[in-house]
Amino acid sequence: MMEVTVSNVTKEFARFPALNDVSLDIRSGELIALLGPSGSGKTTLLRLIAGLDQPTNGKILFGGEDASHKSVQERNIGFVFQHYALFRHMTVAENIAFGLNVRPSSTRPPKNEIRKRVAELLEMVHLSGLEKRYPNQLSGGQRQRVALARAMAIEPRVLLLDEPFGALDAKVRKELRKWLREFHDRTGHTTVFVTHDQEEALELADRVVVMSQGKIEQVGSADDVYDKPGSPFVHRFIGEASELPVRVENGEVWLDDRTVGLKADGAAEGPSSLFFRPHDIEFLSGCGGCFDGVVVGSRRLAGARRLELELGGSQYRVEVDVPVDHPAALRSQINFRPKHWQLFPRSA
Amino acid sequence: MADRGTRFVNPVDERTGTKIVLTSIGGLYLAFFLFLPLVAVFIEAFRKGAASYWEALVEPDAAAAIRLTLLVAAIAVPLNLVFGVAAAWAIAKFEFKGKAFLITLIDLPFSISPVISGLVYVLLFGSHSVLGPILKSYGIEILFAVPGIVLATVFVTFPFVARELIPLMQDQGSGDEEAALSLGASGWQTFWYVTLPNIKWGLLYGVLLCNARAMGEFGAVSVVSGHIRGLTNTMPLHVEILYNEYNMAAAFAVASLLAALALVTLALKTLLEIRFGAGNAGGRH
Repeated sequence: MMEVTVSNVTKEFARFPALNDVSLDIRSGELIALLGPSGSGKTTLLRLIAGLDQPTNGKILFGGEDASHKSVQERNIGFVFQHYALFRHMTVAENIAFGLNVRPSSTRPPKNEIRKRVAELLEMVHLSGLEKRYPNQLSGGQRQRVALARAMAIEPRVLLLDEPFGALDAKVRKELRKWLREFHDRTGHTTVFVTHDQEEALELADRVVVMSQGKIEQVGSADDVYDKPGSPFVHRFIGEASELPVRVENGEVWLDDRTVGLKADGAAEGPSSLFFRPHDIEFLSGCGGCFDGVVVGSRRLAGARRLELELGGSQYRVEVDVPVDHPAALRSQINFRPKHWQLFPRSA
Repeated sequence: MADRGTRFVNPVDERTGTKIVLTSIGGLYLAFFLFLPLVAVFIEAFRKGAASYWEALVEPDAAAAIRLTLLVAAIAVPLNLVFGVAAAWAIAKFEFKGKAFLITLIDLPFSISPVISGLVYVLLFGSHSVLGPILKSYGIEILFAVPGIVLATVFVTFPFVARELIPLMQDQGSGDEEAALSLGASGWQTFWYVTLPNIKWGLLYGVLLCNARAMGEFGAVSVVSGHIRGLTNTMPLHVEILYNEYNMAAAFAVASLLAALALVTLALKTLLEIRFGAGNAGGRH
């Protein structure tokens, strides 16, 4: 059980900032996701927590104790690498036992105890019987679980996973995702994992840390980041987003010279961006204060049909989802209003 | 849809006539320039019978040359093994200033003539140099003695191990090492249990090439050795002396040993390549 605090951390690679004044509290026993596009600094942050890299500025605390200058060995973390980094010349059992075998003889468990521990770990990751296999004789999902068992063998204080399912096919990803959640609930380790897959982050994590360009955009539960995105970036990055340049005036939302029937209580007056989810809208017949669009494109999604609409005399384009059997034809008119929306001020 | 024109033609294939001509040219070329000389060496060596062949090898000067060659290789190869691994490790796993310069420096012995490599040591340790007389006053002989031969050989065979390992280690990255460190292994344990097993086939290959060159080096060694029979003659130098004395059978007898060494090296190299290739393909994650 261990909480981790990242305090005002900056990391520069050859003068190029990869992380810019990042602070984050990770609670004990929490499963937390670092989510962002490539280049957002999520892997850099994970490596700094692990001690594989040193921050340029700032501190990293393990349970209130400054660990910034501790080596990766001293931090006692379990790290699972994106490409597993299993030792290819060692069997599964030797890989898992590695962290125990390299201990100095004073703290190294006796041989039969190591063997017992390896067997337990293999059982835990559902790979009993594969002790004697070599990594190249395993499937991707099996390798991933060996890597996890190897990291768990040293009884780490914190478990860190770098894109743990990145190299696996979709079906195996889903299985392992569920399995990791169960594994975490059973073992209760403080766990941080990096992903660029929003679905994975939302489904798996207690809290999601959304990152962009070396900064944290928002930290919150799946509900928070999906329903109340804190910035245009988060809204665009998590889930689908339709976006319109609007204006807030007298507590109402205006598109060009007409109101669209949305009350903007508490929003700052002036130019804004209106965000909503394509599927989260209501259709209206007749338009006395709503969006009035013309269908210019239509695509079939898995469970819906996505329409591309032109608004305001072909000035703007947005996407909305309709049921598959909706009769909307090209050039036909659609009146709608988002059920939930978000306004972000926009500089004029 | 007639029969004509529907037969599948492999786009990278050639007509039979072309194939025969090209293959013959290649075969003849190999036979003439590689195979014939090799056969000639062994034929010449055994021209006067197996007894005189054996005689030429156990004769004191020849035996001394063989011993010296083995001694020089036994010193130069381990030195370059340690240096090569250290240099490759530094270049492949770390970023530092002057890295490009170091890589160029490692290649230097490949790019300059071996004679120059030898002359460098004459200039450094010769009787008109600064270092030579000082060392001599302490009774240390470098030039025209075993240390000079070892130095020249080390210089010439400098790049083999490092050159072999650098691309291999760069390709493998630092993932395995980081994994080992995160599991609590020390730097030395990481090197010994993780890095070294990952590069062992490449390392063996590099050592093999290094050894072949160390035993066969002529130019640089010729400049620094002084050609003292029974003392500072290595096998290649001994061959030259015998040849200049028109002692063909003996010259080719010693030469055949070197040729045999080359053949063994090639065989081992091929074996390693098969092993190495298979290991690589299987070891990819």
